[in-house]
Amino acid sequence: MSEERPFIRPYGDRLNDGAVQLSFSLPISLSARSREAAKSIAGRLGLEQIRLVSALDLGNGFSFYILYGATTVEIDDQAIHLTEVERPLLDFWRINQLLEFELKKRVTVVGATIGTDAHTVGLDAILNAKGFGGESGLERYPQFRVVNLGAQAPPDEVLEAAREQRADVVLVSQVVTQRNAHLENLSLLAEMLEAEGLRQDLLLICGGPYIDSQVALEVGFDAAFGPGTTPLAVASLIVEELLRKAQ
Amino acid sequence: MRLPIPTEQVRHCRQLAASIAGGVQDEISPLSTVSVERSLLRLVGIEGSNQESVPLVNCFIDQLTGQRVLEDGALYWLSNAILATGETPQGIAERVGARSLDLVRLPRQPRRAIENHCRGIVQDALVTLLGKRRRRREMEESLARTTSPWLYVIVATGNIYDDIEQAKAAAEQGADAVAVIRSTAQSLLDYVPEGITTEGFGGTYATGANFRLMRGALDEASRQSNRYVRQVNYCSGLCMAEIAALGVLEGLDILVNDALYGILFRDLNMIRTMVDQHFSRYLLGLFDTTIVTGEDNLIKTIDAFEEYPIVLVSQFINEQLAKNAGMREERIGLGHAAELDPALEDSFLKELVQAQLVRQLFPRSPVKFMPPTRYKSGNIFFAHVLDTLFNLVAVWTDQAIVLLGMPTEAIHTPYVQDRYLSLESALHVRRAAGSLGQEVRLKPNGQGAARACWLLARTEESLTRIAEEGLWNSLASGAFSAIKRARRGGRGYDGVFRKGHFYLNPFLDREVVRRARRKVAQNTLPGAIELPGAIELPGAVV
Ligand code: B12
Repeated sequence: MSEERPFIRPYGDRLNDGAVQLSFSLPISLSARSREAAKSIAGRLGLEQIRLVSALDLGNGFSFYILYGATTVEIDDQAIHLTEVERPLLDFWRINQLLEFELKKRVTVVGATIGTDAHTVGLDAILNAKGFGGESGLERYPQFRVVNLGAQAPPDEVLEAAREQRADVVLVSQVVTQRNAHLENLSLLAEMLEAEGLRQDLLLICGGPYIDSQVALEVGFDAAFGPGTTPLAVASLIVEELLRKAQ
Repeated sequence: MRLPIPTEQVRHCRQLAASIAGGVQDEISPLSTVSVERSLLRLVGIEGSNQESVPLVNCFIDQLTGQRVLEDGALYWLSNAILATGETPQGIAERVGARSLDLVRLPRQPRRAIENHCRGIVQDALVTLLGKRRRRREMEESLARTTSPWLYVIVATGNIYDDIEQAKAAAEQGADAVAVIRSTAQSLLDYVPEGITTEGFGGTYATGANFRLMRGALDEASRQSNRYVRQVNYCSGLCMAEIAALGVLEGLDILVNDALYGILFRDLNMIRTMVDQHFSRYLLGLFDTTIVTGEDNLIKTIDAFEEYPIVLVSQFINEQLAKNAGMREERIGLGHAAELDPALEDSFLKELVQAQLVRQLFPRSPVKFMPPTRYKSGNIFFAHVLDTLFNLVAVWTDQAIVLLGMPTEAIHTPYVQDRYLSLESALHVRRAAGSLGQEVRLKPNGQGAARACWLLARTEESLTRIAEEGLWNSLASGAFSAIKRARRGGRGYDGVFRKGHFYLNPFLDREVVRRARRKVAQNTLPGAIELPGAIELPGAVV
């Protein structure tokens, strides 16, 4: 929208209509009462002009609702504090150049999917030469040496590899996050690296489609990457952070 | 709709696969594993765990392994102990669990006596279990026939009680088969947890007690809806044979059963899991239970368009391996999926041709078609579009079992409404497009026919290469999904052993099986399947 104003509202059809679409199930069978219950939930969420457009019985005492409503909530998007900074991306040549001539070293990256997680596609997308979304992975950069431990690596194996390979960066992937399955592994790894005195010499980075970067930082990581991450974004951050640390 | 495919080439593929499977068979026949032995103990009725929550079947095998006498097999030592002490199998196992009985120290009975006694126990177990299976079939037949394809959905809350509520809702919504997904990494455990479980990650533990609870709920739902609802679980992993045995004991209808998944994605040792797979398939075949294989997973990490032939290659091999284990084609549900990038031109046509090709290559197999997952994102609306097109392919090509895709595939295991929405779409397509396959023909010289021929030629090439190298070497050189696995590497190899001179397993004895079958056929078998609620279950663990 071209109009300049500090506050924004959800948009459906007209500016400031506040249109919100909502769906959820209730653990009760469909009835006149359950419909009203669904509408009241929408009301309690702060919606106005609530329209219940579909109400379906799911069987065995469950029902499903689709609603529309309007919100009066307004947000000043400029005032939002971002934990994930949108940093400018460097390019392939610039990254190699900075590592070779400024940092003056070949950077060793140890990567793994830890715990019992067997999802490798995400980390491979970042590390393997083939890369992701048309971009080469870190293996293709002459200035990166990549050691990919693959799936299901226990945290102590990652620690051992980091020590043996004299890693500058450790990249870990966690994809299964249901019921916070990943958090224990992530904090364990961070603690182990700390206890073994390796932590301060390393960049510790995690990634995965459902990683909350705030939480990752809290359990001791330097950075976290979410869905759609490209190898370039990771390489850029590594260069920037290593240069900053070297100063 | 038919694809013009050269029958000679298909026959050659089967021959190659038979030779590959034969090579595997020669190596695994003299072997058994800790998991196979534990499954035998379960089949003769041993259950429960000791004070430290170690399953009794594990205590039993661990004692034999510790004394280096496992090569004689669990049933040999069990039968000897029964003859020596006069106790029941369960009683003996409990004492072993409590460390108050040393199996090897008991006086050794004459070999003949041990063998005879063992055959008797096994025959009794077979009679009971075959009888149970027969009553289940009778119940299935007493209900209305299910429309094809069967709609298969998953529940995966982590808590069996929630799973049951969701499974019952799914049954009411029209599901024909309900699978409980296992908790992540259960396939790496070398024991089956005991009891009812309420905590799992991305799925619920497969345990005998959980199976029993779900079975009861689905039987009730089947009667209510006058439609038999099939129970599915997963047995791939280190306990493949044991979970298959539990499936037989608890009356499951379908078990996902594929060693390749374990080898490639869970780094299980190939020999271990092939031995386990062979016995599990033998058992499931014996009790007329359907298996489904996991070829859909093979193309989750590679270029699904170029490398699709790997799916067909694996299906041909899986078919032969299952036949070698005595299964009939009607129970070998070969899995497949297209997982094509939606950005590809004519991806729908390609998916249609591939699905039809599988249907034609394995006409008697209850093939299981898996939905798109890889290219799904948080855009649940577009995911629903992809699934609807997938349903259309499934109905059009008359797949036997269709695993329904979920709009929220890229986010979480399904919510109750996700399952409803996918069933709604699938039921609609099944109704709206049921006759399409009989009405529409593909151009004989079009793109579709060309793709089918290309796929078959590539499949034949790969099978030729694997037949030359042998399956083990092919797995080592990365012929499957570009993942390389060493023959003696991976988890569970230490659980493999060569059968010794005294080794006993009368479940494999044709004569014992024949006698048990005859007994079951003669009996009128009074009594229906127990209703849920009548069974006392131990408290929750895990
Ligand atoms: C392929 C797949 C599998 C394959 C994995 C094969 C393999 N070798 O990777 C197989 C079949 C083995 C599998 C198994 C399971 N899966 Co799975 N799987 C998927 C699927 C379909 C696609 C994942 C994928 O490849 N995405 C493509 C990559 C490129 O994306 P990505 O992972 O997000 O990675 C990007 C970013 O996140 C980031 N990134 C990722 N890691 C890292 C690391 C670093 C350091 C950095 C910087 C960046 C980064 O960069 C990548 C590129 O942009 C998803 C559903 C979906 N569509 O997302 C389910 C999904 C992830 N699986 C799921 C589950 C539950 C399982 C199982 C636990 C099921 C079960 N009970 O058995 C098992 C268990 C396996 C295990 N123990 O881990 C759930 C997870 C739910 C949750 N929120 O926890 C999903 C969402 C499916 C679902 N709806 O249930 N799965």
